[in-house]
Amino acid sequence: MGEQYRQYTGRKVLFFLVLMLGIALLAGVAVTLGSADIRILDVYSTILARFFPGRFHSTAFTDMIVWDLRLHRVLMSIVAGMGLGAAGAVMQGILKNPLASPFTLGISSAASFGAALAIILGAGIVAGSWLVIGNAFIFALLSAFAVYGLAKYKGISSETMILAGIAIMYLFSALTSLLQYAGKTEQVHEVVFWMMGSLGRSSWENVGMVITILVLCLPYLVIKSWDLNALGAGDETAQSLGVNVERTRVIYMMLSSLITASIICFTGTIGFIDLVAPHITRMAIGADHRFLLPGSALVGALLLLGADTLARTFLAPVILPVGIMTSFLGVPFFVYLFLRRRRTFW
Amino acid sequence: MVNITIKGLRFGYNGSRILDDLDLLIEDSEVLGLVGPNGSGKTTLIKCIDRILKPKGSILLDGKDLEGIGRKEIARRLGYVPQSSATPLATTVFDTVLMGRRPHIRWRVSDDDIEKVSDTLEQLDLQDLAMRDFSQLSGGQKQKVLIARALSQEPSVLLLDEPTSNLDMRHQLEVLEIITTLVKEKKISAVMALHDLNLAAMFADKLAILKDGKIYAAGETADLLTAENIREVYGVEAMVIDILGRPCIVPIRSLQG
Repeated sequence: MGEQYRQYTGRKVLFFLVLMLGIALLAGVAVTLGSADIRILDVYSTILARFFPGRFHSTAFTDMIVWDLRLHRVLMSIVAGMGLGAAGAVMQGILKNPLASPFTLGISSAASFGAALAIILGAGIVAGSWLVIGNAFIFALLSAFAVYGLAKYKGISSETMILAGIAIMYLFSALTSLLQYAGKTEQVHEVVFWMMGSLGRSSWENVGMVITILVLCLPYLVIKSWDLNALGAGDETAQSLGVNVERTRVIYMMLSSLITASIICFTGTIGFIDLVAPHITRMAIGADHRFLLPGSALVGALLLLGADTLARTFLAPVILPVGIMTSFLGVPFFVYLFLRRRRTFW
Repeated sequence: MVNITIKGLRFGYNGSRILDDLDLLIEDSEVLGLVGPNGSGKTTLIKCIDRILKPKGSILLDGKDLEGIGRKEIARRLGYVPQSSATPLATTVFDTVLMGRRPHIRWRVSDDDIEKVSDTLEQLDLQDLAMRDFSQLSGGQKQKVLIARALSQEPSVLLLDEPTSNLDMRHQLEVLEIITTLVKEKKISAVMALHDLNLAAMFADKLAILKDGKIYAAGETADLLTAENIREVYGVEAMVIDILGRPCIVPIRSLQG
């Protein structure tokens, strides 16, 4: 029996290795795509040359294409996908709802409102080139605090958080519509484009910031994932197993909101990844959050990287917003898994 | 080995009082049956003992007030088996039972934990279900898995909230036999809320009869199961017959008002 369980764990580790290999390969391919042709081996050697200058070599041309133009976008899709996937798994875990995601708590509509405020009225908290980003980030976190405040009043449970989140979501959607109604055509167009989500605004600076947030938050989430497992068995059972249920729920909500806010403030609202990556992972390796969280991060990375690669090539040289592609890529895959599954997952 | 002393326990939701100045003593290596009509406070009492609810008054575990003991420490001493468990997420039976080790481990599952979970599953004859999904099990199997989870906590006191609700006759007996055997074997105590007085008569060493949030009577099972007590507490006219050396309750009719 113990042996069986160890094999079961081994299969999960294998799943991780396959995903990581897939991401590394697809990332290499993604960097080769574009108007300037470079071979995939040159991509890897150009990347490795930075770290081991003696062993690998690169030319000034490949160096520019890879490091200055394409790699940060590819990396952004990987880290953003990781963050969104993990945040979605956390939300579904604490809210015990298969349709939950950070977006359920109104984070995306609040971020959109923040962006619209900056784009249409030029009003914001941070000035200059960070106006839209700063607004989106701050309003996203604001919605998390508002949900917390509302839920706290009635007692923090999955139901109160979901209801409060939906209320906040509609409030910010209405406010965004109001701004759009008042805005000029070009401004409205810009807001709509922002809301579709795109990796086109990525830079090394952005990637660095998202990585910093992930490095700060993800390890904590994974270390405490036993508590998330216990919550899945019911609040009372979790308490009897020694979990501080309310505090766990609040900390998890705040951290996954922080992760989501720090990503979508740079990319705009990229939907679907946070919803579907945890489901795919659960179908593959089960619902133990010690493995589900890192697994959802990897699946999210692969999905977003795949979607962005497709978005860049599908109608090349036109680059579609990645938010559109995530659904086109994810829905068929998700429906396939959903139809052929034999076990129940919720 | 352990005893729980409950003194002046009070608990209420929004002004309505559910437990009212309740005193009770739970001694080691015994099965204490909590009986009483619906709404008399059995479930609430169990949740108060496990500090899932925060009552007023004092609950002493070996002389130490539970209020001063951390959640994790309580989880190592008291194992709680809920009436039913909704686990919507896909978890194997093994993982469900492994969760009981949570108060003891940090993150990594050690060989020792896997060993203990395997042993518990074997003890309850669940080894063939180990890798099955919890949600696919029958009611009786689920109840046994939840008991296994509480046992893998290695508690000194098991708290069970109607462990036989939703079970057929054979599973009722099987589950209660397992619990009483474990209590004697491991020298732990068990507190269980029960509806069926005949099962209480068979399996509880002692009884506490609850009525309106108070202990109506507590003591040896055979002494308490009398026609008079049943009439007073449940409002039911019943005959109590001595069969196979234990009281057997035959209900006759409910009494109005």
